[in-house]
Amino acid sequence: MNHSVLSKFLLHIGDSQLVLSQRLAEWCGHAPELEVDIALANIGLDLLGQARNFLTLAGQYDEAQRDEDQLAYFRTEREFLNLLLCEQPNGDFAQTIVRQWLMDHYHLHLLTALTQSSLPEVSALAVKSLKEVKYHIRFSTSWMERLSLSTDEAHQRVQDGLNNLWRFTAELFELNADEKVLVAQGVIPDFSNEKEQWDKTIADELKRFELNVAVNGSYRRGAKQGLHTEHLGYLLAEMQSIQRTYPGMTW
Amino acid sequence: MEKFEEIKMEDKNNWSLYEVFVRSKQGLSHRHVGSLRAPDDEIALQHARDVYTRRNEGISIWVIRSELIKSSQPDEKAEFFDPSLDKVYRHPTFYHIPDGIEHM
Repeated sequence: MNHSVLSKFLLHIGDSQLVLSQRLAEWCGHAPELEVDIALANIGLDLLGQARNFLTLAGQYDEAQRDEDQLAYFRTEREFLNLLLCEQPNGDFAQTIVRQWLMDHYHLHLLTALTQSSLPEVSALAVKSLKEVKYHIRFSTSWMERLSLSTDEAHQRVQDGLNNLWRFTAELFELNADEKVLVAQGVIPDFSNEKEQWDKTIADELKRFELNVAVNGSYRRGAKQGLHTEHLGYLLAEMQSIQRTYPGMTW
Repeated sequence: MEKFEEIKMEDKNNWSLYEVFVRSKQGLSHRHVGSLRAPDDEIALQHARDVYTRRNEGISIWVIRSELIKSSQPDEKAEFFDPSLDKVYRHPTFYHIPDGIEHM
């Protein structure tokens, strides 16, 4: 088993959780209602907890043995391996909900597959995270239903969010050549099969919500090469600013 | 799929008020913990979970729209509660408690 490949695979998962968490934190004090504000922050904190676990584990397989803080605060944009979908701006509440809903279903399928990992620490993290993800799906699905099946304006806003984000969904579940080796060695399960399940769930639900998939431009990929959209740099600048200014600072 | 008629644009700043009851552990009753606003029952339940049970406070939640609760009024206090004040025979205070019985 190649430790550096496994470390990068774990970083890919942890970075996606971390970046999505940071995006949700941006809603703090700005959500449409106080209760929604708390709900979004709650989900963000769940994802932060998951990210800490995956980054810590990634650090243990990392050549430089970096800890979670070094990985979160002292890597550059090109070293982040998160999905492009996670770093997309919040937009309006509808777009945030669409992004969350797509990611929640992704996490459900990915983590379900990872419960079968032959590495006990990976399967344990997957089991632990799944409980939270099941609640996240309940939340995001409730709002997908309510927004898309209520007023024309709400429906249009959800459709616009979907149009903006759909082109970032092609890279979900894709395995690169290095990861295929890990699969062949039985370290991680072949979760690329989960894409079909995800596609079907999403398609069925979109039909129920009377929404259509439309791609604005071509599909975008790049997570695992660290090739990001222009939005990630700004997000990291904010997230890392304190540690970059006062390295090693603690509460 | 039914449409969500509850959320109309003119109502968006006027979500219903809900009362929240949380049971902290098995064997105890649900206790009123506060209120919140939500557009419908399901969202109210989710909001209650997020607002009132984030720090491990509960294992069961009830929510109900506040307007569905019929309550006594402060100005009815006299006829509602005062009559029980002067009837000592309604309280089991005339029994001798045997030795060895605690917590009475």
